Amino acid sequence: MSGLKVSNLSYNYGAKTALDDVSFELETGTFCALLGPNGAGKSTLFNLLTRLLVAQQGHIEIAGFDIATTPRKALERLGIVFQQTTLDLDLTVRQNLSYFAALHGISGRDARQRIDASLDKLGMRERADEKARTLNGGHKRRAEIARALIHNPMVLLLDEPTVGLDAAARSAITNHVHELTQEGTTILWATHLTDEVQPDDRLVILHQANVLADGIAREISGDLPLKDRILHLTAVPA
Amino acid sequence: MSPYLTSLRAIVTREALRFIHQRERFIAALVRPLIWLLVFAAGFRAALGLSIIPPYQTYITYETYIVPGLCGMILLFNGMQSSLSLVYDREMGSMKLLLTSPLPRWWLLFCKLVGSTSISVLQAYAFLAIAAAFGISMPAVGYITALPALVVAGVMLGALGLLLSSLIKQLENFAGVMNFVIFPMFFLSSALYPLWKMAESSELLFTICALNPFTQAVELIRFALYASFNGSALFWTLAATAAFTTAALWGYNPARTGISRKG
Repeated sequence: MSGLKVSNLSYNYGAKTALDDVSFELETGTFCALLGPNGAGKSTLFNLLTRLLVAQQGHIEIAGFDIATTPRKALERLGIVFQQTTLDLDLTVRQNLSYFAALHGISGRDARQRIDASLDKLGMRERADEKARTLNGGHKRRAEIARALIHNPMVLLLDEPTVGLDAAARSAITNHVHELTQEGTTILWATHLTDEVQPDDRLVILHQANVLADGIAREISGDLPLKDRILHLTAVPA
Repeated sequence: MSPYLTSLRAIVTREALRFIHQRERFIAALVRPLIWLLVFAAGFRAALGLSIIPPYQTYITYETYIVPGLCGMILLFNGMQSSLSLVYDREMGSMKLLLTSPLPRWWLLFCKLVGSTSISVLQAYAFLAIAAAFGISMPAVGYITALPALVVAGVMLGALGLLLSSLIKQLENFAGVMNFVIFPMFFLSSALYPLWKMAESSELLFTICALNPFTQAVELIRFALYASFNGSALFWTLAATAAFTTAALWGYNPARTGISRKG
């Protein structure tokens, strides 16, 4: 079954093309890294996937639901970790998660149980009653990932979730998220850091509004380190 | 509980918590109209002669005249303040969290509106209580009949704030709102002087003031504070609310590129 399907997606900001006929499909339980330099169209793709923008051309299906025709069903199955921190810093971790649960119509004991389970998954339970402001960057991120999992989404989108974190926090978060695929969650992880991509991950490389490569990371990188392969692929001819 | 009520409760609670966390905002919101009431009005008392106009049945002091206008001022500033916090939310990204919820967008925006209006109305009552403590009081029943008027006016100005927040791209542009929305709306209204006074100076200004939805909101509150009903003010306030709300929903339509344009 398809977790996430993007077909012939195009988007322009006036004369500027942000995405041009982008297509890819992720099977359920796939970890896919979306790699691309700044300005490749990653943020636009995320805005379209989360319905903050509406596609001018093409289709998006989340767990089988078209986001244009059945937006609510699609969004119910989607978890999102935005690039910017979106925690309310004056609230505790638990209050932040409760607010999000309520936005998905989850309240009471059900919400509490889900929040605890979600925090456990990310090793954040003991910080539940701390104010978001007091958390370090890595813990803020983990709290946001825990929040995105409360409603048991089938697809989890993460937009450069490790920006500004140290190496240990980055690797911890990358590992946590990889583990989620074992429960059948489909992950789309946008990044421009090649060391976050594991050899067996699915990899989609976005460059200048197009899909430049789509396959298993190990196969795309071939005999070169992935970083060099990407530089080679995205090099502008002199 | 239905998902709609769950989200309504959460959004209103969050607005209330945010308000409690910003104690300076509450104090500023009260100090502003109190300065007008206790300083400006005292100075202007002699300069402005007021004749008997509805809903007043006797001569009134200038302080009494401007109380409804200052209630309107609180609602106006609060509507703009919530608009500012929406723009801030957007810049900080937390607006995305709200807009990607699976509930209909109109409902989410309505919840925001309920939250900001509740806070506005509470502030207006706090102001009325302080004014009464200084001896500027209304008929007792007026404090009850004013509630629906304050709610309707608060919703209208909240909807205007919502509309502005959908149009303003950056926080820095917010100073313009002060100059081009708050001041003209407030001064071109019946908040500080009755419209017949304006008509004596300029017919054009009088017409603009009469068309200003803020004038209608202030008159609605003024009549309600004296347990009177002003049908035309209610009609125009509701019409303006409908227009602002429709435009705000259009502004927040994801098919428009303004909300989340980035990269």
